[in-house]
Amino acid sequence: MDAAIAALAERIRAAAESRQALCIRGGGSKDFYGGEPRGELLDARGYAGIVSYEPSELVVTARAGTPLAELEAVLADNGQMLAFEPPHFSPGATLGGCVAAGLSGPRRAAAGALRDFVLGARVLDGRGRWLAFGGEVMKNVAGYDVSRLLAGSLGTLGLIAQVSLKVLPRPQREITLAFEMPEARALETTNRWAGLPLPISATAWHDGRLSVRLSGAESALRAAAEKLGGEAAASEAAARDWTAIREQTAPFFAGEAPLWRVSLPSNAKPLALPEAQLIEWGGALRWLKSGADAATVRGAAAQAGGHATLFRGGDRAAGVFAPLAPALARLHREIKAAFDPAGILNPGRLYREF
Amino acid sequence: MGEALSLTKIDAERQRTVAQALRTFLPARAVLWQEEDTRPYECDGLTAYRKVPMVVALPETEEQVQRILRSCHAMEVPVVPRGAGTGLSGGALPRGDGVLLAMAKFMRVLRIDPLARVAVVQPGVPNGAISDVVSPFGLYYAPDPSSQIACSIGGNVAENSGGVHCLKYGLTVHNVLRVRGFTIDGEPVSFGSEALDAPGYDLLALAIGSEGMLAVITEVTVKLLPKPQTARVVMASFDDVETAGQAVAAIIAAGILPAGLEMMDKPATQAVEEFVHAGYDLEAAAILLCESDGTPEEVEDEIARVRAVLASAGATRTSVSRDEAERLRFWSGRKAAFPAVGRISPDYYCMDGTIPRKRLGEVLNFIGDMERKYGLRCPNVFHAGDGNLHPLILFDAASADELRRTERFAAEVLEKCVAVGGTITGEHGVGVEKIDQMCVQFSAAELETFHALKRAFDPQGLLNPGKAVPTLRRCAEFGRMRVHGAQLPHSELPRF
Repeated sequence: MDAAIAALAERIRAAAESRQALCIRGGGSKDFYGGEPRGELLDARGYAGIVSYEPSELVVTARAGTPLAELEAVLADNGQMLAFEPPHFSPGATLGGCVAAGLSGPRRAAAGALRDFVLGARVLDGRGRWLAFGGEVMKNVAGYDVSRLLAGSLGTLGLIAQVSLKVLPRPQREITLAFEMPEARALETTNRWAGLPLPISATAWHDGRLSVRLSGAESALRAAAEKLGGEAAASEAAARDWTAIREQTAPFFAGEAPLWRVSLPSNAKPLALPEAQLIEWGGALRWLKSGADAATVRGAAAQAGGHATLFRGGDRAAGVFAPLAPALARLHREIKAAFDPAGILNPGRLYREF
Repeated sequence: MGEALSLTKIDAERQRTVAQALRTFLPARAVLWQEEDTRPYECDGLTAYRKVPMVVALPETEEQVQRILRSCHAMEVPVVPRGAGTGLSGGALPRGDGVLLAMAKFMRVLRIDPLARVAVVQPGVPNGAISDVVSPFGLYYAPDPSSQIACSIGGNVAENSGGVHCLKYGLTVHNVLRVRGFTIDGEPVSFGSEALDAPGYDLLALAIGSEGMLAVITEVTVKLLPKPQTARVVMASFDDVETAGQAVAAIIAAGILPAGLEMMDKPATQAVEEFVHAGYDLEAAAILLCESDGTPEEVEDEIARVRAVLASAGATRTSVSRDEAERLRFWSGRKAAFPAVGRISPDYYCMDGTIPRKRLGEVLNFIGDMERKYGLRCPNVFHAGDGNLHPLILFDAASADELRRTERFAAEVLEKCVAVGGTITGEHGVGVEKIDQMCVQFSAAELETFHALKRAFDPQGLLNPGKAVPTLRRCAEFGRMRVHGAQLPHSELPRF
C-alpha cells in the first residue's frame, strides 16, 4: 500500500468512526447520474496513472484518477481500444468514475458491457481496508467475482482505486450504412441481422432512420455491405455521429425533458409511449425524452420485460433506478453492509435506503 | 482432512428424520438414503475426495426445490447442489451430514427465441445440447468446455466455465443473461434480465462462478450467437517453447483476435499423437493451433495474416486445415490430451493456473526445474490465448512417495502462478481441491469479504459449506498441499 492509498484509507476509517458520509468522486462528469451526491468530498483524482500496459497481453491496469481520455489515447496509439465504448460526458471523466458508473456505449450489444471487460480491481472498502479481487489474467475463478460486482456500484461498496481491463484490437475498418424504416420494422430488422454472421458493431434508430455500423476486415465489410444494401455514409461524418450518440451530444438528447434509459429485451415491441425515442443496441436500449411520471415509464418498461432508469433530469429524489423486488432489496442491503457497515460511502447514490 | 471434510459418520437418526421430512412432499424415488443408492453420488470429477451423502434428493420441479431448501433450512441441514458431477475441483463433494441436491432431472429446454437469440433452459441440460437444439436456427451457445457433451449448464454457471474459444467469445459470465433460483431459505430470486442489464448490483456476475454457495439455480437464460460461416486452423511448429510463447504475443500484437489459440509441448503432442493420430509434428518442441472463424472473406484474410506473423516469429513449419474434417482432426489431439496422458501414466494430476502470457517462458522453465527436482514428468497443454496452463504431472498413486512429490510439485507450480501475477484456478474452480491455495492468493481481509458476501445470501452457512473459501483458522493451519491425483471418472470425456 503506498502513501496515497494509506492517506485515503485513513480518511475512510476516520469517516466510518464518526459516521461521516463521503462522496467519492473523480471528474464529476456523471454527477447527474444516480441519486443526488452527498457527503464530504473524497476526490479520487490524485490517485492516477497507468500502472501497466502491454498490448500483447490485451490488458491495461490503471489507477482510478486516470483521465479516461488519456487512457483511451494510449490504447489508440497501440491500435487497441476499450471495446465497450464508455461515454465520457465531460473531458474530466476518470477511469474510476467510468467503472463505478458501469455505462457502456454503442458497441455494447456486439462487444459486451463494461463489466464484461473488468478483470480485476483494487478497492478501499468502507472500513478503509485495501482489498484486491480478480487480477490481470483473462480467466480467474478464485473467489467470488467481486471486481465485476463493483462495476456499476456507483462507489457504494468502496473506493475503486485501481482497475485491470481487457482491451481489444481496434477494427481494421468501420463503415456506416443508413436505411429509412419505421420503428417496428427497424426492431425486427436489427434483431434478424444480429442472428446472422455479420460484422455489425452498433445500431441506432431515430425518427425513421436506422444507422448500422460494420467493423472488421475490409473484405468482410464489403461482403456485408453488399448483402445489407442501404446508403453508405461518409466515414468521418459517421464517426462523429456515433460519438454524438455515445456522448449524448446528438440533437435528440437536447432539451429540458427528463431522459429515461429503458433497457429491454432486444426484440420487445415498440414502447407504448408517445414521446420520441432513440434506439440503440439492436433494440435493447431505448432512450426516451419524456415528462411522463415515473410509474408510467417504469410500467411500460416492466411490461416489455425490462426496466427504466431516470438517466438525466427529472425528480431524482423519487428514485432513479427501478425498485428492486423485496428479496433482491434485502440482498443489496446485506451486500452493502458487508463492504460498508457504517453506510458512509456514496449513500443514496444507488438506492435511497443505503 | 480439514474441517470441510471432517464428518465421516452418518448419524442414522438424523438421516431418518431428514429423509422422512423430505418424503412428506417428494415421491420415494426422489429421496435416496440407503448406501447402495447414495454411494454413486460420493464424488464428482475429482475422485480423490469422496463422501457418501446422508441423503440424496432428486427434485423435478422448482416447487420441490423450494420445499427441499425450506425444509433443510428449518432443520439446519447443509445442502450441496450437484449438476452432472463432472467438476474437477470437488465443488459437488457431498457431506455426511447433508442433503445432496441432484439437479439431474432438470433437463428441459423451456423456450428458444431465435429472433432475440436467447434460450431458456433448465440447469441439468448439457452444455452441448443447447448448441444442438438451436442449430437449426443458425445459432449456438459459445462457451465450449471440453466435457460439453456431459457437463450441465447449471454446473457451468456454478464454475464460470470456459472452453477453447474464450479469448474471442468469453466465459459463461459473458454468455448468460439471467438465472433464476432460490436462496437457501427457499426465497425465489432472479439475477440479470433478458434485457442487457438489470437495476442495482450485478448479482448475476456474483452468482456465476460462486460454486453453488450463494443460491440454487433452477433456470438459466443463455445468449445465443450466429454460427460462424466457416472456421480454419493453422498448425505451427516451433523448436522451443519460448519462441512459441513469443509467437502468441506476436499474433495478439498484430491486432488479431483468434477464435482459439492453443499450445502443446513435445511430451504432450507425443502422448496424443500415439492415441489419436492427429498429424502433429513430433519433432517440434511445441506446436500452436490458431483458429480463425467468420465469413469466408474474413477467415481467408486472417489466416494469411496469422501465417505471416508465425513465419516471422520463427515457426519451423505451418499448415492450414484444408477442410472441416482436417480442422477437426487438428483439434482432436488437443481435445484428447487428458485421456491420452492417462494412457501413458498410471495417474496424472491436472493443474489449472492462469498466468500473464508474457511469463510463459519463465513458468515453463520453472516447471522443467520442478520435473528435475521431483523426478516426475509433466507434459503441458496450454490455452495460450488466455494464459491458462494445464500442466499434467504424471505419477503412480500406488507409490506414497510419488504422491507426496506430486503434491509438492503442484503446490510449487500454483504458488509460482500467483507469484507471477496469475491465479490458482482459471476455469476448474477452487472447490475443496485448491482451498488451501486460496490462503496464498488472498489476504485475510479479502477472505473475510468473501465470507461476508456468503453470509449476505446464507447467514447460517448451510449452502455448500466449506467449499471455495477457506476459514482464516484453516489458513493459519495450512502447511502444504494435500493429496491429489487418481484417475478422473468419465475418462471417455475429452478434457481441458
